[in-house]
Amino acid sequence: MRGDDERGVAFTLVILLGGLVFGFGLGLSGMAKPEIVLDFLQFEDFGLLFVMGGAAVVSGVTIFGATNFLDRAPLTGRGYTRRLKTMDRNVPIGGVIFGVGWGVSGICPGAAYASVGLGNVTILWAILGMFLGAYAQGFVRSSRADDAGATAATTTD
Amino acid sequence: MDMTTLPLVALADLFPRGVAQYAVGGLLIGLGVAVIYLGTGIIAGASTFLESTLSYVSSVPRFNRAKYLASRDWRVVFTLGIVGGAAVYAFAFGEFGWTTDVQWWRLLGGGFLVGVGTRVGKGCTSGHGVCGVGSLSETSLVNVATFMAVAIGTAQIVAALGVSP
Repeated sequence: MRGDDERGVAFTLVILLGGLVFGFGLGLSGMAKPEIVLDFLQFEDFGLLFVMGGAAVVSGVTIFGATNFLDRAPLTGRGYTRRLKTMDRNVPIGGVIFGVGWGVSGICPGAAYASVGLGNVTILWAILGMFLGAYAQGFVRSSRADDAGATAATTTD
Repeated sequence: MDMTTLPLVALADLFPRGVAQYAVGGLLIGLGVAVIYLGTGIIAGASTFLESTLSYVSSVPRFNRAKYLASRDWRVVFTLGIVGGAAVYAFAFGEFGWTTDVQWWRLLGGGFLVGVGTRVGKGCTSGHGVCGVGSLSETSLVNVATFMAVAIGTAQIVAALGVSP
């Protein structure tokens, strides 16, 4: 199926370019190495504060500028918006589960993909785990939705 | 300890590898997000790739929602870009072929929880941490503060139990 967001070659190239820069940054910053992340979490090297701070400042300035001064994205016609997800109890619950996983493994999704680019085949264990975790979560949530649909004849998302 | 050298010693203790590669790397991570955002209006997070890619091989309804079917192709491109960009870095700095010493069960088990947690909590380090915090989203700030505190506690406990690496 071709998605609505596919707008030809220029769209794909911009996504690819953004991914390349993003991945280069993950490599340079050390985020792609679980050892460096674990050193941060164990208070042995606080450098990751600069990684997260630097990234958030650039994205923050970009999002602030675009939402206030620009109209629509040239390649899709989308309006510029902030990333605002609704708050519910799943947000801190997910944060706790994510935090335990990140603290155990020292790796998060984007950094894991980047680690593959370093030639770090061992990280495929983590990526396998992430897919299994996402599958388990989606399977359970879909099953629950089915149950709810069968009893109340309503669906929610 | 001589008090006059204390600040420098403390700084070297806090940042034993220096700060330059961290700061520049962070700016580039933000720049990658900014390129996609300015060009397409899309706020790209890394973890939705997990769910949207599962739609290629699974009929579970959760993975086959319209927004995932519409975005799964470009999310594959984005991920391939991340892999490629890190490979460029690795070749440029002579690090290609580096492998982690962190034990496989930590990666698999921790990765599983990361996979669950990012989907339950609506985002990960890039979605909430970079884009959400950059948006000054209260939801993202709550999520990031939670996972940072829990990850620090978890890593310290794991280390205290003598698990290394």
